[in-house]
Amino acid sequence: MSARDPLLQVRGLTHRYGRQVGCRDVSFDLHPGEVLGIVGESGSGKTTLLKCVSGQMQPSEGEVAYRTRDIGTVDVYGMTEARRRMLMRTDWGIVYQNARDGLRMKVSAGANVGERLMAIGERNYGHIRNEAVDWLERVEMDIGRIDDLPGTFSGGMQQRLQIARNLVTKPRLVFMDEPTSGLDVSVQARLLDLIRGLVGSLGIACVVVTHDLGVVRLLSHRLMVMKGGRVVEQGLTDQVLDDPQHPYTQLLVSSILPV
Amino acid sequence: MTTSPDTRVLEAGVMMKAEGLAKSFVLHNQGGVRLDVFSGLDLEVGRGECLILAGPSGAGKSSLLRSLYANYKPQAGSVLVRHDNTVVDLCSAEPYEILEVRRRTLGYVSQFLRVIPRVPTIDLVVEPLTVRGVDPAEARERAGTLLARLRIPEALWGLPPATFSGGEQQRVNIAMTFVQDYPILLLDEPTASLDLENRRTVTDLIDEARRRGAAIVGIFHDAEVRAAVGTRSYDLTERKAA
Ligand SMILES: Nc1ncnc2c1ncn2[C@@H]1O[C@H](COP(=O)(O)OP(=O)(O)OP(=O)(O)O)[C@@H](O)[C@H]1O
Ligand SMILES: Nc1ncnc2c1ncn2[C@@H]1O[C@H](COP(=O)(O)OP(=O)(O)OP(=O)(O)O)[C@@H](O)[C@H]1O
Ligand SMILES: [Mg+2]
Ligand SMILES: [Mg+2]
Repeated sequence: MSARDPLLQVRGLTHRYGRQVGCRDVSFDLHPGEVLGIVGESGSGKTTLLKCVSGQMQPSEGEVAYRTRDIGTVDVYGMTEARRRMLMRTDWGIVYQNARDGLRMKVSAGANVGERLMAIGERNYGHIRNEAVDWLERVEMDIGRIDDLPGTFSGGMQQRLQIARNLVTKPRLVFMDEPTSGLDVSVQARLLDLIRGLVGSLGIACVVVTHDLGVVRLLSHRLMVMKGGRVVEQGLTDQVLDDPQHPYTQLLVSSILPV
Repeated sequence: MTTSPDTRVLEAGVMMKAEGLAKSFVLHNQGGVRLDVFSGLDLEVGRGECLILAGPSGAGKSSLLRSLYANYKPQAGSVLVRHDNTVVDLCSAEPYEILEVRRRTLGYVSQFLRVIPRVPTIDLVVEPLTVRGVDPAEARERAGTLLARLRIPEALWGLPPATFSGGEQQRVNIAMTFVQDYPILLLDEPTASLDLENRRTVTDLIDEARRRGAAIVGIFHDAEVRAAVGTRSYDLTERKAA
């Protein structure tokens, strides 16, 4: 097995909510360090797909296989709940659109970062504190506010805190659902630069769901376009954006569609 | 789903080869109009060659160059590239493989600068080197030397090129590619918005690249530049009729 083998393999993934289809027959591979962007109109199944591939929601059909650091490739939904949770803590990160879903609002910024380290077995308080400070600095947060509650932070700062909390455990794979939406344009831009820098320098593989083609142009190597629960087109990001083949992608790119 | 290394071979000295390449566009949201740009196109470039793409406006020169870079998706055919000790077909390779080829083997200078916003000029030129593991100090040195040669005032190096003049942006664009010694170069009118002095500099850069063994495919409006850098020419006009 080489470092170039896929980290994540998704096959025939379908999810239904009762009779409503969330996403349908999605397959893809994600390679180490690769950033996959997922775009598509509202309700096209992006969040559903992200939840299913990130271990948060068992799909109705299909498989998600993950190549671990030490024990080969595992079936994410074939393992026990406890093992899956451990895998998600040690190897994966999830950045939510709404910081409240990804942060613990009743503990301090420092504790939000530190508790992730404790969850994977770190016990040395001094070390935990140092790592927390280091990561808050890396996401350009004011260290003077390390003891403040997340609720006292701006939206952009909450997202930074979420990112620090996720990256402190050195994940190999990070999932993000609309990480920059709902923020001011200038705040979005700084956050994007930060994510791009961190993901690139750490070589983390990423799946990023977004409405914003500017975000995928900047962040993602590969792009998947969804419509009505299906993937209608996928490929190299600049190729899909500059020479879209599917009618829906052409519409999206020509921005005739109101976003 | 991983593709195995392409087993096809390229003859000694050949760096890039297109076979049976076809490009058309279907404009689904404009009544499904179909534009056939070229088909059945064969082309080969070797080490130390500079192939000039010729033909009138709209003949498909840029579309061909973009297809050779996998920025456009050809409807048929293959684009074989010599990459390290392997041959990769850009028409069937996985995205991460194409990006790997672009990082080390295949350079492309587009007609207009399109860069990551907010990144200072010097970093844009340094980054392709550091990504490949070149020592940051050495990378900066090389980037600075090239920017100076292209007459980008040092006062501008710390700024993102978004506010630069057209000619300055184009020279940054050229620096971002020429800072490393790509084995293959694709150039889409790199001298178009440059004054005489800068055009000469860029002409020199292209010729130096060819002399060190680069295989080059280029589009140049300027006859003088064509005469100075070209070793062979390929006319797309005839292709259109086919
Ligand atoms: N919990 C649920 N119960 C029932 N239907 C749901 C549920 N969650 C999502 N759906 C439906 O599944 C489809 C896909 O929803 P999903 O949230 O994945 O879309 P999305 O692409 O993320 O949209 P958006 O861009 O608006 O976030 C939609 O039709 C949605 O109404
Ligand atoms: N992304 C695209 N989508 C649709 N049509 C395109 C696209 N790119 C190019 N074309 C069309 O393909 C044809 C060839 O264009 P191309 O830009 O390749 O010509 P060219 O030879 O480079 O011309 P020029 O000398 O004016 O730059 C034109 O009809 C153009 O409109
Ligand atoms: Mg969603
Ligand atoms: Mg052109």
